[in-house]
Order: sequence, then C-alpha cells, then structure tokens
Amino acid sequence: MAKLTIDDLKKIKEETAKSTSIRDGEANIKITVHMGTCGIAAGARAVMNALMEEMAEADRQDIRIVTSGCMGMCSSEPNVTVESKEAEPIVYQKMDANRMRQVFKRHVLLGEIQSDFALAKM
Amino acid sequence: MRELSLHILDVVENGITAGADIIRIQVEESRGANLLSIKINDNGRGIPAEKLKKLQDPFVTSRTTRRVGLGLSLLAAAAERCNGKLAVAVGIAGGTEVTATFQHSHIDRAPLGDMAATLATLLMGNPQIDFVYTHVADGNEFSLDTREIKKELGDHSLEDPMVIHRLGESIRTSLNQLRSTADKPEAREKNHGKTNDR
Repeated sequence: MAKLTIDDLKKIKEETAKSTSIRDGEANIKITVHMGTCGIAAGARAVMNALMEEMAEADRQDIRIVTSGCMGMCSSEPNVTVESKEAEPIVYQKMDANRMRQVFKRHVLLGEIQSDFALAKM
Repeated sequence: MRELSLHILDVVENGITAGADIIRIQVEESRGANLLSIKINDNGRGIPAEKLKKLQDPFVTSRTTRRVGLGLSLLAAAAERCNGKLAVAVGIAGGTEVTATFQHSHIDRAPLGDMAATLATLLMGNPQIDFVYTHVADGNEFSLDTREIKKELGDHSLEDPMVIHRLGESIRTSLNQLRSTADKPEAREKNHGKTNDR
C-alpha cells in the first residue's frame, strides 16, 4: 500500500523547517475564500491554490486564510473577502488565480485596495 | 462541475459546515469492473431522515436546507448521466455518508481532475479538521491521514501554507504515479482478476 511515506514527510519537514513556527500571534489580516457550490463551480479552488502559493512565498505569520460558504452573491463568484484591522472589509468579485495574486501582493501586503476588482465595501 | 474532484470539494465543505471534525474520502477506480466510486463520510450532525428523502430534488432541498441544496443534486445528475447513482446514508457517529458511482468508461464522465488541489484547499481552509484520504486505482492504493502527518510534523504543521503547498505537490506526484501505473496495459491485465474477485 502506497502512502505518503515517513521519508516524504521528513523531507517536507526539513524543507519547511525555517517557516514552521507556531501561529499563536493574533491575525492582522484575514482572507476569506468563499467555497459554496457556486464558488467552487466558478473556480474558487484555483483561487485558493494561487493564494496558498503566494502565502508560502510571503511567509507572513499574521495573515490567516479561511474558507466559508456561499454569501448569496453567486453571480459574482469566486468571491474573496480581505479584512484587516485598520480598514473595512473588501469583497472582491470574479476572482481568478492572477487577480488573487495581484490582490495579495497589492492589498494584503501593501494595503492598496484593488478597486477594479472590488464588489463592495462591507 | 468540470472535474469530479470539484464535486468532492463541494460535498466535503457540506460536511464541514455540518460541524464534522473528521472526514473520510475514498476514491476507487476500477477499469476491470468499469466503475469509479467516490465515498465521503463525515461525523457532522447529519441530515434528518425526512430531509434525506427529499435530497434529490434541488428545489425542495435548497429551500428547506441551505446546506444541501444544489451541490448534491449536481453530483446526483453527474452520476446518473454516467449510469451511476448517488446514495446518501447515515454515516459514522450519526454523520452523513455520500456515495456516488460512475461508469468508468462513460463518455460523459468528467475527469477526476486535480485531486491534490482539492485536498490542499481543504487542508488550507480547515486546519482544525482531520482528513483521511484513500485512493485505489486498479488495486494500487494511496492513503493519507492528517492525524499521522500532524504526529510526524507537529500539531501546528498544517497551519503553515508552505507545508501544505509542499504536501500538495507530494500528493500530486504520488497520485500521478498511482494512476499512470494503473493506465499501463500490463497493470490492468494483472489487476483484472483482482477487481473481479470483489
């Protein structure tokens, strides 16, 4: 029976040892990827995987990623909400991998709201 | 949905919304028996018996339970298109068990797609939930248990995007290997008897 072998896991552990620190600090920024049936059908998984890659690269301990269900705006899916302590939450609409990368690099890391992609302030 | 792995993501999200803390996903591909089956078992709060009967009707369900509206109906339609069916039963600890079957060779059967991306997405969004994934392709098996991973890498390892990203790549490689061996004629020949034994 094939498994993810202990060796595989050890390798992963070594490779990521630098970054694996416990995230006990409070999150300053929360990114919500909406994963209802509508979001998934519209491509939320690709958005999530792009976000994950960006997160792995940025290695910031104060950013948290969560998933949630449909928020009732199915026609603008995939939706992503970025919340930070200082500013009001922004809902981004019709996201794809590239838009997600841009929002992450500009809004999440630099605080520049990408109003071209924004659906609403909440 | 374009990929069966997206259906899986959708149904698992249902289980998470239902308050599950462990979810078992089982994919079985058998060319010998010409069958692809997907089983998702959660220990969430389950679906009440009277609603279980109405599940196949998207309108009834979407109005009575938001949680199981269109998602299961789409999966049922996808399975039935391919001479298969969807069954929803009571799962472990009163949760829900969803089983979808497909004729493996059916021209309308969507590809399984990027299962590794589905798993990575689930891990990323739900560090507090444990997942057990089993994939059998013509007798070859792959399995993954997040409880074992946490034991090996530490309790908080699956909160790290870098670990999940790397894990996703490993899963993708393993599954590609598993499924490509299954693709080879000699492997199919070898496993043909096995699958018929079941």
